[in-house]
Amino acid sequence: MAGYEGMIAEITTVKGYNGDEIAAYYARPLGPGPFPGVVLIHHAPGWDEWYREATRKFAHHGYLAISPNLYEREGTGSPDDVAAAVRAAGGVADDQAVGDIDGSMRFLRSLPQTNGKVGVFGTCSGGRQAYLAGCAGGFDAVVNCWGGRIVMSDDEKSEKMPVAPIDYTEKLSAPILGLFGNDDTNPTQAHVNTLEEALKHHGKEYEFHRYDGAGHGFFYYDRTNYRIEQALDGWEKLFHFFAQHLAA
Amino acid sequence: MCTWIVQSAELNGSGKSADGWIPITKANVCYDHPAHAFMDHSVNIDFVNENGALGDRVAVEISAESARQLVDAILAALEEGSKEHGDLLAAGSG
Repeated sequence: MAGYEGMIAEITTVKGYNGDEIAAYYARPLGPGPFPGVVLIHHAPGWDEWYREATRKFAHHGYLAISPNLYEREGTGSPDDVAAAVRAAGGVADDQAVGDIDGSMRFLRSLPQTNGKVGVFGTCSGGRQAYLAGCAGGFDAVVNCWGGRIVMSDDEKSEKMPVAPIDYTEKLSAPILGLFGNDDTNPTQAHVNTLEEALKHHGKEYEFHRYDGAGHGFFYYDRTNYRIEQALDGWEKLFHFFAQHLAA
Repeated sequence: MCTWIVQSAELNGSGKSADGWIPITKANVCYDHPAHAFMDHSVNIDFVNENGALGDRVAVEISAESARQLVDAILAALEEGSKEHGDLLAAGSG
């Protein structure tokens, strides 16, 4: 039937950091493919409904999409309760997050429908973790949406987050798209400038879009920071970027 | 939630969660993006039972101005209470 569309979306498990099995929300178009893949890294509010929707959005656009629960080890419950516990504990460790993201990438690469290309997308703390994952290697494209603390002062570092992601920039192994709101307080415009300088310095392929009239999290349609015009343009830029770099 | 600004206080008391009354052992206070309150940033206070389940939590998300008023109100109530019942702060009980 011409024009038929379908997808499947479900919880699965992937082998994450330290071989731990963690839950992941997985959505894919029906059909044999081949399809590119995207790992979605949830934001600090947790593995929530917005990330379920974003995962299905990528499947709708023809991607094998998976969103691992980076807060799995903190326990199960409503996303806001889990996120509150993680927040009180100072976040999750960078090494653990990178291991979980790597496991999710390997899951996508193991699928019979893969076209062999996998990107990573993250917002907020997930943008920062997407940057870390891009520097750890194995991805073909990276999308960092308003990731804070990529540029870190020494007093922001902790046992869980001991290295500023910008310090890994030399190892970034894929083109990167960055979307930022100019009114954001973390990352500030100065942080974004510093990041851009580092990418230039190391000769990395990057594409940054900075939006006036937007702050942090301007994609979140259920929050006050939603900015429809900037969000629609951002989604368009993002899908164009992935289409460019994740085609077989 | 990118500020990761968190302060905490050890507490002794009770709070009423979605499942009823629970012991409260700690308050985690942060200034960050709220989950529900309709504002970009808020003071988020989680009254939790550290010995309980993850959902053993009484959560509030209030504006910075509200938070200052709350602090003033708590201090004012303690002050009045001290006048009637002795120095509550010095007694360290309550």
